[in-house]
Amino acid sequence: MSTVRLLKKDPDDLGIFGKALFYLILILGALVSIFPFYWMFVVGTNDRGAVFHVPPLLTIGNQFFDNFQRVLDKTDFFQALGNSLFVSSMVTISVVFFCTLAGYAFAKYEFPFKNILFYFVIATLFVPQQLGVLPTYVIMAKLHWIDSFKALIVPAMVNAFGIFWMRQYISTAVHTELIEAGRIDGGGHFRIFWNIAIPIITPAMATLGILNFMTVWNDFFWPLVVLKNQEHFTIQIALQQLFSNRDGLDYGMIMSATFTATLPLLIVFLLFSRWVIAGLTSGAIKS
Amino acid sequence: MAEPVISSPHAESKRPFLTEQRRSRITAYTFISPFFILFSIFGLYPIFFTIYLSFFKWDALNPMKFVGMKNYELVTSDPTFWISFSNTLIMGLLGTVPQILLALLIAVLLNSGMTRFKKTFRVLFFMPNITSIVAVTLVFSTLFGNNGMINWMLSGLGLDSVAFNSGWWGVKIAISTMVMWRWTGYNAIIFLSGLQSIPTDLYEAARIDGANRRQQLTFITLPLLKPFIVFVTLLSTIGALQLFTEPYVFLGQSGTGSTRQEGITMVTYLYSEAFRNGFFGTAAATAVLLFVVTIIFSVLNMLVSSRMGGDTGGGKA
Repeated sequence: MSTVRLLKKDPDDLGIFGKALFYLILILGALVSIFPFYWMFVVGTNDRGAVFHVPPLLTIGNQFFDNFQRVLDKTDFFQALGNSLFVSSMVTISVVFFCTLAGYAFAKYEFPFKNILFYFVIATLFVPQQLGVLPTYVIMAKLHWIDSFKALIVPAMVNAFGIFWMRQYISTAVHTELIEAGRIDGGGHFRIFWNIAIPIITPAMATLGILNFMTVWNDFFWPLVVLKNQEHFTIQIALQQLFSNRDGLDYGMIMSATFTATLPLLIVFLLFSRWVIAGLTSGAIKS
Repeated sequence: MAEPVISSPHAESKRPFLTEQRRSRITAYTFISPFFILFSIFGLYPIFFTIYLSFFKWDALNPMKFVGMKNYELVTSDPTFWISFSNTLIMGLLGTVPQILLALLIAVLLNSGMTRFKKTFRVLFFMPNITSIVAVTLVFSTLFGNNGMINWMLSGLGLDSVAFNSGWWGVKIAISTMVMWRWTGYNAIIFLSGLQSIPTDLYEAARIDGANRRQQLTFITLPLLKPFIVFVTLLSTIGALQLFTEPYVFLGQSGTGSTRQEGITMVTYLYSEAFRNGFFGTAAATAVLLFVVTIIFSVLNMLVSSRMGGDTGGGKA
């Protein structure tokens, strides 16, 4: 291939073979990326033996509701879905509010130790969660928050990534003159934040909200540690419980549940993909 | 950086105690305080308490008993700990190295001027990352089953089937594949934004000087992309050392299987010491050791990348 390339006058032109190889790799990669989603649905809609069919069964079946009925018999799927919805929403509302507030202060105020405090916020991003998990568990036990949603919500109410993300956005999007004008009109600090800054930065807040919702929705380690009773399980724990049942693995059932639990996020992602991708990769790009 | 809002010099005139400047500072501290309060309670204090706890024998119920370095001796003389350590490193290497190379390749292809449907590809490659790790593990456990699709493909290629859910290497390959699937696209998109931040006139100048595609890649693209590569490698390394959910779910079918030696990781070890066996002291010692290993690897990462030369500070986009 490379000799063909070198003979060409224009180094940008890879020739027909190069182009084909190009797209072949990309399409192959894209297929690998989306196949598991399709496979989830295939297994979830076929009967329980279909998963290990030889050759692999690739067509969508009509057993989805039968499979899903077995999910409902085994576990309180909708309760778990509701729990996840509740926890994720509470955390998200709080994260968006407090991170916007803090990001606004870091972007638009001058105060002693501002830079040191901001670097400290960034540094906390690199501390592994597991380092503090035991004492946090002990704190939760002392507060009698084990097996309660408070244990999931309160520690997550504000986070470093959100502050970083909002600060980056606010420092370019909200013009200082606008805030000064608000000051001259006699607005208080919080009123200026609420009435002048917030309307300008809603896109960034929405992105942070979506990202945070996904993170909390997908979280597994901490809920696994603090949740004890089935009625409090989040959807991820409920899915894992389906998998750990001893009486032979019913993949049709497991995949119908997995698909149903993944679908909401998938839809949100596809609707807001541009924002989500920008948000999730911003940590790398801006630091 | 934005200019200060309130603390312009004229605000510092003769005023009573609560000057405008003071008031705005207090406001700012109030606005940022929720993070610092929550982080002190649920972040900072637990870190120091973990270190403290690692010198005590404790089951979370009875009084703590000081044992000095005993917990560290117990952990480091436990063969299972070393298995979890080497498993973590092996799966880290298997999952991270091919993942970063593949991500680079995808990013270069996507960035090429002739690739069409760029936006669609970007969304498709990113999709795995929004899936929960539990879901990823469940889907891949069907593909990696004894009669699953991967083994079917292997036999189609005339190869022996692999015991992905029980073999020493099988388990590690299966778990690394899950990690790779979820993160390759994500890293590719990060590299892609890095590539897009490289000014095109650099390439034009190189072309005028007669540089071919490969020379452009080695002398322009890779050096300028270095900060992104360093960052992605660092994050992947930290992530790999914290591997837990994939092995826990994948090997957990029988209820207790997550500590099976083929796939036990350092965090799994920590988790089972504390929440299965009730040994909070040794679990804390494991957490400290894990943190030390994380720091060592991060520093190594930095050293290697700075020895490779090139520009490390230009990651602004």
